[in-house]
Amino acid sequence: MSLYQLTAHELHDKLKAREISAVELAESVYGRIEEVEPHVKGYLTLTKEIALEQAGAADAGFQNGNEMPPLAGIPIAIKDVICTKNVRTTCASKILSNFVPPYDATVMTKLHQQGVVVIGKTNMDEFAMGSSTENSAYQITHNPWDLETIPGGSSGGSAAVVSADTAICSLGSDTGGSIRQPAALCGVVGMKPTYGRVSRYGLVAFASSLDQIGPFTKDVTDCALVLNAICGNDEMDSTSVDVPVPDFTQSLINDVRGLKIGVPKEYFTEGLDTEVADCVQTAIAELEKLGASVEEISLPHTDYAIATYYIIAPAEASANLARYDGVRYGYRTEEPADLINMYKKTRSEGFGQEVKRRIMLGTFALSAGYQDAYYKKAQKVRTLIKSDFDNAFKKVDVIATPTSPTPAFKIGERTADPLQMYLCDVMTTPASHAGLPGISIPCGFVENGLPVGLQLLAAPFEEEKILRVAYTFEQNTEHHLQKPEISNVKGK
Amino acid sequence: MATITTEGVSHVANLARLEFNEEETQDFTEQLSRILDYIGKLNELRTDDVPPTSHIHPLHNITKADAVKTSLPRDAVLANAPEPEEGYFGVPRVIDIE
Repeated sequence: MSLYQLTAHELHDKLKAREISAVELAESVYGRIEEVEPHVKGYLTLTKEIALEQAGAADAGFQNGNEMPPLAGIPIAIKDVICTKNVRTTCASKILSNFVPPYDATVMTKLHQQGVVVIGKTNMDEFAMGSSTENSAYQITHNPWDLETIPGGSSGGSAAVVSADTAICSLGSDTGGSIRQPAALCGVVGMKPTYGRVSRYGLVAFASSLDQIGPFTKDVTDCALVLNAICGNDEMDSTSVDVPVPDFTQSLINDVRGLKIGVPKEYFTEGLDTEVADCVQTAIAELEKLGASVEEISLPHTDYAIATYYIIAPAEASANLARYDGVRYGYRTEEPADLINMYKKTRSEGFGQEVKRRIMLGTFALSAGYQDAYYKKAQKVRTLIKSDFDNAFKKVDVIATPTSPTPAFKIGERTADPLQMYLCDVMTTPASHAGLPGISIPCGFVENGLPVGLQLLAAPFEEEKILRVAYTFEQNTEHHLQKPEISNVKGK
Repeated sequence: MATITTEGVSHVANLARLEFNEEETQDFTEQLSRILDYIGKLNELRTDDVPPTSHIHPLHNITKADAVKTSLPRDAVLANAPEPEEGYFGVPRVIDIE
């Protein structure tokens, strides 16, 4: 087995025992990148020179016999929406094509304290708006399981590189499902922590009341390790919550006896692919066999989550994206007639179609005469959706659902109809409205070989319950051990 | 809920500091109308007595110590500016000097 195929915890053991060096490990990952990245196209920027320096520093620590953090020397990829000091951060937008942040996001500071090796910045839907990564201004990322299909989105690059073994783990961001959905479609573990668990300082804002950073990993143990590294209150983000952060590795318990799992009937209706439904039902039956009690529950406002999301998220986005005006950073149009003309031309030339669509939708929903009918209405329905979950968690510990209604679809299949693309998020947006933690773990494959994800949700700040159920499932199944055979895909 | 006309799209575009040609205006009118139609399903729900949720945690007035800290050096901030000018962000003339 090559080093790039291993998990972070396996690699930590080898680094600690000095069987391997971090430089050797980084070289192994870059070798893999040379081999498959031309097919997958998950990265927008590679930072090999810096990575090898970071790996050298980690090696020095190990050689001195220091007690090194679990992620020291571990190659990680970062979604290009997270500010990395002195490394270009584009949000996959033309408007930020030359933006080099003068500071690190808090999650980057925390990862550097661990001594990680940053491999590069990953592709995404422009400003994290999309469900297929096709909205990138730069390139299309291909799903490693079938290069003709999308990797999901918006963190499609971060999911694809972990799936393709071109990073050991990665960070993404999730506003309405942008970690969980691509994790499901690429067959990896992806977790959105509770809103407020992880500082958003340095995460380029899309919808501030929903955005949250989280990890993509090859297994649940690595997920716990990355969470340990990035969670915590931060005075630079007043919406990060001051609650104690547990050691998430303590939740890696192979036992679900005594836990109650709720299965919401509203998630198993028309629109759910039958093969996906079968995989998820089989996974839930497996958890029941392992000792969890399973009961059907109802989340009656599920069907309103997408409509609510496509008011709240664009409304917040229209305000957040007002800052891209060509004055302080990023792209500026050439030879504007005057200041207002500069704003308009800069923004019209710099933003892609989907971003413009959402700015328009959000500006409309907040405009005079419409704010109560749209924005306030959506905020009220958000309350109803949150109440559904509050009621459910009085009865059950964890909720299990499909992550995505379908497996990965063909590139180009849904780009013509924005509404069809929005409906990709039907299983993930409800939990986003309620700020809940959620994970997607591999739970099987459909007949044509594409992976299926199981979504597990818990009450706010109860990530530990999710990790315990996910870990138990993983320890008793082998879905997470399957790897795509990228070079063997037909015609590639 | 309302539908949106091409005039409406042009009005909103101006508010958002965007500009579209005729074809784009037409496309956005059709797309936004379809999306707003779909969003109209929220009117199936009675929400008169439901309080709005703007934020999921009960956070109020988060304050920081009133302490002086170093900020980014001017050069670092201006390094990303499209047209820096003598230590400032340069923009097209705002006030007419006629």
